[in-house]
Amino acid sequence: MELLVSAATRNPRGLSFYALLVFAFLYAPIVILIIYSFNGGGVGGFPPHAFTLSWYRILLGDGAMWDSVLNSLMVAGAAMAISLLLGIPAALALDRASFPGKTLFRRLVLLPLILPGIITGLSLLMLFVGMGMHLSLLTITLGHGTALISVATTDIFAGLQKLDRAQEEASLDLGANYWQTFWRVTLPNLRLPIIGAALLIFTLSMDEIAVSFFLIGRDNTLPLEIWSRLRRGMTPEINAISTVIFVFSLAAIVLWYRLRAQTEGQPELGAELVEAAEAN
Amino acid sequence: MFSRAYKTAVTVPPLLWVAVFLLIPYALLFCYSFWTVSSSQTIVHNWNLGNYAELLRVHVYFQTLLRSMWIAARVMLFALLLGYPLAYYLSFHAGARKNLLYQLVIIPLWVSYLVRAYAWKTILGSDGVLNTLLQYVHLTRHPLEFLLYSPFAVVLTLTHIYTPFAFLPIYASLEHIPRNLVEASHDLGASPLQTFWRVILPLSIPGVLAGATFAFVLSLGDFLAPLLLGGPSGIMISNIVVSLFGAAYNWPLGAAISLCMLLLVVGLLFLSERLEKKWSYS
Repeated sequence: MELLVSAATRNPRGLSFYALLVFAFLYAPIVILIIYSFNGGGVGGFPPHAFTLSWYRILLGDGAMWDSVLNSLMVAGAAMAISLLLGIPAALALDRASFPGKTLFRRLVLLPLILPGIITGLSLLMLFVGMGMHLSLLTITLGHGTALISVATTDIFAGLQKLDRAQEEASLDLGANYWQTFWRVTLPNLRLPIIGAALLIFTLSMDEIAVSFFLIGRDNTLPLEIWSRLRRGMTPEINAISTVIFVFSLAAIVLWYRLRAQTEGQPELGAELVEAAEAN
Repeated sequence: MFSRAYKTAVTVPPLLWVAVFLLIPYALLFCYSFWTVSSSQTIVHNWNLGNYAELLRVHVYFQTLLRSMWIAARVMLFALLLGYPLAYYLSFHAGARKNLLYQLVIIPLWVSYLVRAYAWKTILGSDGVLNTLLQYVHLTRHPLEFLLYSPFAVVLTLTHIYTPFAFLPIYASLEHIPRNLVEASHDLGASPLQTFWRVILPLSIPGVLAGATFAFVLSLGDFLAPLLLGGPSGIMISNIVVSLFGAAYNWPLGAAISLCMLLLVVGLLFLSERLEKKWSYS
């Protein structure tokens, strides 16, 4: 160990080679997955042979898969609305109000991000069963919306810290009421963190599986549809849909990155996790 | 500057929501763990410690928990061994490419968990990419069967999934180290190795602790990777909980196991927070 560290600190080239290997490890599975989505010979087998687009053609005609995509889009959209509608006031409250249990509230909100998904999923299952609700896309939406409030709160709280209070003060002094001030001054100033959080919540909800696993009713979300097919066997069609998901996640990330760069110059994707680490 | 009404308006809705959809559910988990299931498969609300006695009596629960912790510990170790040097390289040696490389580490983090676990399944299977590659270059004659459906597959996949989680806080803590401390160490005659051991590493301990906690906690509770890649020898504690909530229909016992897991996790978070505070310099 000591020897390795010694080598690494003296010789940054060895270190860059190691970093390259780590990158290879992180990306190899994704690259392989994409390559085999064009493989006529199936999900495995080296070398890949017989380039084909037929898995994508099969995917295009797969009604059940697209139903689940539609379900996921609806869930993610609604979860995004819930998280924002609660995350924005929560961030304002954390920034401006003092109330009993403030620390507890902060930690509780962050908990679903750090706890294994199974614990949050089961706890919510017990709640919904206790309330006599049938499991459906609605229960999944409520679960995602709640679990992801932390993302909205963290991003918007950070935005509020940078906000110039004088603007709001001026608005209030000039006779606008709190609602008008919020609507015309606070909210427009928070536009970018809100859009950034919305994008992230949407992506995370689209991918979420551990909590959904316990709250699922008759209709599948996309990850659960893929999951149920994996239990039956693997086909390159799953590689194809995974590639499509990857491309869309990538697009969302690039968009997110641009927004962040606009707001702060120094973009920090994953700030929620760092925040979670520091708050807990 | 903000009136009482304003503060109430922004505080009460999120508080109520979080109470109903987070506090009550976690409290329910607690309650369920003291209830029982009757022979007619209904939940009986007679408070007792039977489920916890069961956990102590039947060894398979404790053994599986230990195995899960062992898997999680290995994931944590590998995630640190991959994540720390990477973070160190990015923070101190990457130069102008720093931001780009940072994004490159983060991208896999937002790529679907399931997609990544599935990718490993296509690589490790007996007809998978790796086995057929090894046979293609004549390194092996028969597929290596231990690659898939083993704790190895679970550790490998979870390491892949959680390395960026370990990387993030480590990188953040390295970035927070004032560069003039490092320069001072050099100027005072310390070798790069001494600077690393005596200045950089101690100052990055809070990040290491946070990263280690993430990797350990998140992999400890995982049940999808074991289901997909673990086989019978890769079963983890959450898989038992899943079956207790499904076919076995014993929610109270499942809740008791979940609560033990929750307490373990919260305990670890608390411990790592205390240690982080102790090690942080600001």
